Amino acid sequence: MARLGQVVSKVRSKNAGPFWLTIDIFCGDSQAFSQVCSSLSTERVAAAFKTDPFAIKRFEIDSLNVVKFSLPRPDIQGSITDRDMHGASWAALLAELDLN
Amino acid sequence: MPSGALGLNYDKAALARGLAAKPDLIAIDGGSTDSGPAYLGLGVSKYSRASTKVEWKGLMQARAQAGVPLVIGTSGTCGTDSTVDWMLDLTREIADELGQKVRIAVLRSSQNPKEMADAFESGRITALPHAPDIDAQTFRDCTNIVALAGAEQIAAAIETGADIIIAGRTTDTAIIAALPLMRGCHAGAAWHGAKIGECGALCATNPQAGVILIDFDVEGFTITPMADRSRATPHTVSAHMLYENSDPFILFEPGGHLDVTDATYTALDDRSVRVTGSKWVPSEAYTVKLEGSALAGYQCVLMALLRDTHYVEHAAEWAADIEAKCRSKVEDRLGLAAEDFRIELRLIGQNASFGDLETNPGASTEIGALGIVTAPTEALANEIGKMLNPYLLHHPLTEEEEQPTFAFPFSPAELSRGAIYGFRLNHVLELSDPMQAFRLEVIDHG
Repeated sequence: MARLGQVVSKVRSKNAGPFWLTIDIFCGDSQAFSQVCSSLSTERVAAAFKTDPFAIKRFEIDSLNVVKFSLPRPDIQGSITDRDMHGASWAALLAELDLN
Repeated sequence: MPSGALGLNYDKAALARGLAAKPDLIAIDGGSTDSGPAYLGLGVSKYSRASTKVEWKGLMQARAQAGVPLVIGTSGTCGTDSTVDWMLDLTREIADELGQKVRIAVLRSSQNPKEMADAFESGRITALPHAPDIDAQTFRDCTNIVALAGAEQIAAAIETGADIIIAGRTTDTAIIAALPLMRGCHAGAAWHGAKIGECGALCATNPQAGVILIDFDVEGFTITPMADRSRATPHTVSAHMLYENSDPFILFEPGGHLDVTDATYTALDDRSVRVTGSKWVPSEAYTVKLEGSALAGYQCVLMALLRDTHYVEHAAEWAADIEAKCRSKVEDRLGLAAEDFRIELRLIGQNASFGDLETNPGASTEIGALGIVTAPTEALANEIGKMLNPYLLHHPLTEEEEQPTFAFPFSPAELSRGAIYGFRLNHVLELSDPMQAFRLEVIDHG
């Protein structure tokens, strides 16, 4: 079983404003794109972030071989409990998931 | 566009190449919310004055050479009136040094908290998705509130005939989209090109080079990076819509939204890309987004390093015990209630990035224990920091073991962070006229 980060070219995360986080999975080719689309469910992403799957926006962009998730930030940017001002590290939570 | 932001530097040779292509306007972004709520809360720039001056001077020289307007949006990181004044001061200083006589248009975006509270009570302010719960008092609590200007306000500034436009908070795209919209270019292309260009050469290979040129026309736009070795491809350009956007196809702006679902990206050669098919969808109401930052307390931080294997292995237990014991000491000795202050130890090397979401804590050689104290006053934060100090230095896992000592990297061990701030608004304000929330001033300098 391979981890997402081993199957795709790059996973990156970034703030989309202070209240949203966005994670872009650059799959690299159509085969990896199909694999990610079919095996990475929105529910698993929600579980990794301990959030509601209905709060997550999912985009599958075949022209770029990209799968993108946007979700309310785990903590509002810069709040006392926030750990990551720019949303830089959150990509690793998905990159380390095993693909079924 | 010389780069993604003033303060990030730009490639001088690429800028010269851009000037040779005879642009109609030079635009650069001066900030965003990305560096956190303190810059807006305090109304200050995140970049050094000296760096900003060097880069702005280069652009003021480029403007004089090209004879076209130079526009900066979101001046001084947060775009408050105070950072607009900071940018204006720099501009006057540089103009004097260069012997330039310039007309400066200043667009101010700061909002009066009391007027915003009234606007909220009269129903002119509405929440965006995942906005925090607020009431009228939230606005009065904010030390700074700014509204994000769009293309209309930048167009008004351009129409003054200004050589230099110093704008407060604007959308990243407005400073680029305004001129092509004024000239009757395709509205979808104007906004889409502006979005692709707002981070400079981030939409191309060799993104650090910065400078890009965008040609707008009645059907679309063409994007060309100016640096050597920098190439735009249909993939790099279309992929840029993903960046920092929660929706890669839709972008909301004052007065409507951009929809790039049907956009077509075509390579013109090995470095330029032509884009057509983007749509601009006007909205019924004219709204501008608000950003506000309020005081969130005072902090004091400490750092200790654990290198002893026994303590590295039991760091979580050690940290939890310190938090509990120190909290109880603070309640006892300072008479504070549990909800009045916060003590947190973040274990760097274990789970400092994700906290409870961490699935892979791994085995560390050493762990940094970052102690973060938050309290209602600076004096209390520092008092609590001094109470935390002896625990971080000597706290044993059990009473039986020999007293340990941990490494402190500095003295004093307590670092006062002073006031801290928090973002309070994710809302839009409805305007009857685009200039209603903004002030435009023209200054002839020199």
